[in-house]
Amino acid sequence: MAGIEVTALHKRYPDGTVAVDHVDLSIGDGELFVMLGPSGCGKTTTLRAIAGLERQTTGDIRIGNTLVNDLPPAERDIAMVFQFYALYPHLRTRDNLAFPLRAEGLPKAEVRERVDAAARLMRLGSLLDRRPRRLSGGEQQRVALARALVRRPRAFLMDEPLTNLDAELRADMRTEIKHLQGELGTTMVYVTHDQVEAMSLGHRIAILNKGRVEQIGTPLEVYERPASLFCAAFIGSPPMNLIEVEVADGKLRSQGGLVLTPPPGLPRDRCLLAGVRPEALEVTEPGAEGSVPARVVSAEWLGDEIIYVVDHGDQRDVRVRMPPTGRFAVDARVGLRHTGGTPAVYDVSTEELVA
Amino acid sequence: MAVSVNEAVSTGPVRDHPPGARRLGGRSRSILEVALLAVLAVVMLFPVLWMIETSIKENRDVYAIPAKFVDFQVTSEHFKDVFVASGGGRSALSVSFLNSVLVAGVSTVLATVLGVPAAWAYSRFAVKAKKDQLFFILSTRFMPPVVVVVPIFLMYRQVGLIDTKLGLILIYAAFNLPFTIWMMKGFVDEVPAEYEDAAMLDGYTRLQAFWRFTLPLLVPGIAATAVFALIFSWNEFVFAIFLTSSDNVRTAPPAIAGLIGGTTVDWGLVAAASVVCALPVFVFAYLVRKHLVAGVTLGAVRR
Repeated sequence: MAGIEVTALHKRYPDGTVAVDHVDLSIGDGELFVMLGPSGCGKTTTLRAIAGLERQTTGDIRIGNTLVNDLPPAERDIAMVFQFYALYPHLRTRDNLAFPLRAEGLPKAEVRERVDAAARLMRLGSLLDRRPRRLSGGEQQRVALARALVRRPRAFLMDEPLTNLDAELRADMRTEIKHLQGELGTTMVYVTHDQVEAMSLGHRIAILNKGRVEQIGTPLEVYERPASLFCAAFIGSPPMNLIEVEVADGKLRSQGGLVLTPPPGLPRDRCLLAGVRPEALEVTEPGAEGSVPARVVSAEWLGDEIIYVVDHGDQRDVRVRMPPTGRFAVDARVGLRHTGGTPAVYDVSTEELVA
Repeated sequence: MAVSVNEAVSTGPVRDHPPGARRLGGRSRSILEVALLAVLAVVMLFPVLWMIETSIKENRDVYAIPAKFVDFQVTSEHFKDVFVASGGGRSALSVSFLNSVLVAGVSTVLATVLGVPAAWAYSRFAVKAKKDQLFFILSTRFMPPVVVVVPIFLMYRQVGLIDTKLGLILIYAAFNLPFTIWMMKGFVDEVPAEYEDAAMLDGYTRLQAFWRFTLPLLVPGIAATAVFALIFSWNEFVFAIFLTSSDNVRTAPPAIAGLIGGTTVDWGLVAAASVVCALPVFVFAYLVRKHLVAGVTLGAVRR
């Protein structure tokens, strides 16, 4: 087991596309580290560079204490799980699992023992004599996971392993992967574009955009204080409300009259946006204490919650997450109240968190 | 939500036409289709049938007027003449058939051996100006071969490849290579690159990964591509007639054409030789009939 250090990674393809602009990552030993971002943000390229499947243009990659820049994938002692599983179609499950071990030249008895152990862990007993074609998607992915862990590598690299599964199975596999990683304590780098997956799995999350790291932090940090407007818009469903505010009398005031507590150390004379989560707002009866007059533009009843889109005289409508008990009709006159703590505040020009 | 459910239910029983009318229209249309196809089939197949008939007719029936369609004497004499010379021993035609086998076979192997790795490389790697390169490769097939016959004739005379089997093999391989690269690239694209990635993580080099995992999955595609190349080389006429002259180098198509043009034409022999020449193409075309269609729609379907 080992940590992974990525320093100043840059990858440019021969045709001129820059897949990774500048990425620094420091992944701890035994950590479940998630790289999250939209497609084309460079997360998969970064992962493939760590695996050795792509050679970075510049920058260093260290696994443990070894500089692996020039090592072929096989000598990096890592295992990878792919979106398309990549089980060898002509081999039965048993042989698919044994394959990397045989390639290493382990004695037969040990191969059998390790395959059996992995099969037990992933509950593959009845599938051992089938070929990949006769396995369902979920089963194939369990075999792919087993094939990764049978090697006992220093780190697991997961390239959107759950994307091809249906929603229910995905949730199950998510739990299974998290449990497995905790049990084995092996470093895992997990690439996904699904924020729910990232939030529920990761010890830490790196949000990538256009080949750069926008933020690294625990799921809670990333959710509560997104480091940039991109992160603010990417995490959360619906995402954060970004409300234009001015500093006056030691308060943040929006055009619509909302008053927020400013965080300490706020710079003056700059255009600012306050990031307010939908659950930090509340729709009230009109005229309720501390509320500003507003109008319900639309409402989505989701069963366990209601998402209101509310117009309170600001340029942009805000989204408010409410429990399903209080019900306001569309077009009703209501009040809008801020109930959360200090909001995250962004500079419009740099698009970054200022306080 | 409730609204959309109602809509979904209400659209169910609505139909544009009563089912009976539609079935009738379909039937009369299919009758027309069958009739047209039958006419077309007769027009296309009659020369082939006539060739086969002529190849087994006695000579006097071949020249009979009016032509005999069914009531003729059957003989295998013409087929014997194709392979055996009149004085015994091997006939010139049979030598040309052997030449055809050699030239078509070797040029196909050459095009495949060069084309498959090239297709793999174009499919897997980020190559500078990949699209332009692929277009250039394809563009060599835009012109009809006859356009380059004269320059190639002059070049071959310089380097001494005129009237050699090697010369034909090289030119056929060169003409088949672009086709092989394009068709194989389609097949390689279908095989997920992850197999090779996984194999490389398991301890194989890139080439080993290609050789051990991708190549076996490509075998059906390679077979189909090779058959297309083989049929092209086997049927090729223009280069063969310009670049070769002697009987022991000539391939079958110019050799058969050479049978016509004397004072008398032995049509029975021409027909029998044509049947022998067409037979392998029939067999191979039958083997790759699925890919004949697949080749047309290649790349039209996303994985």
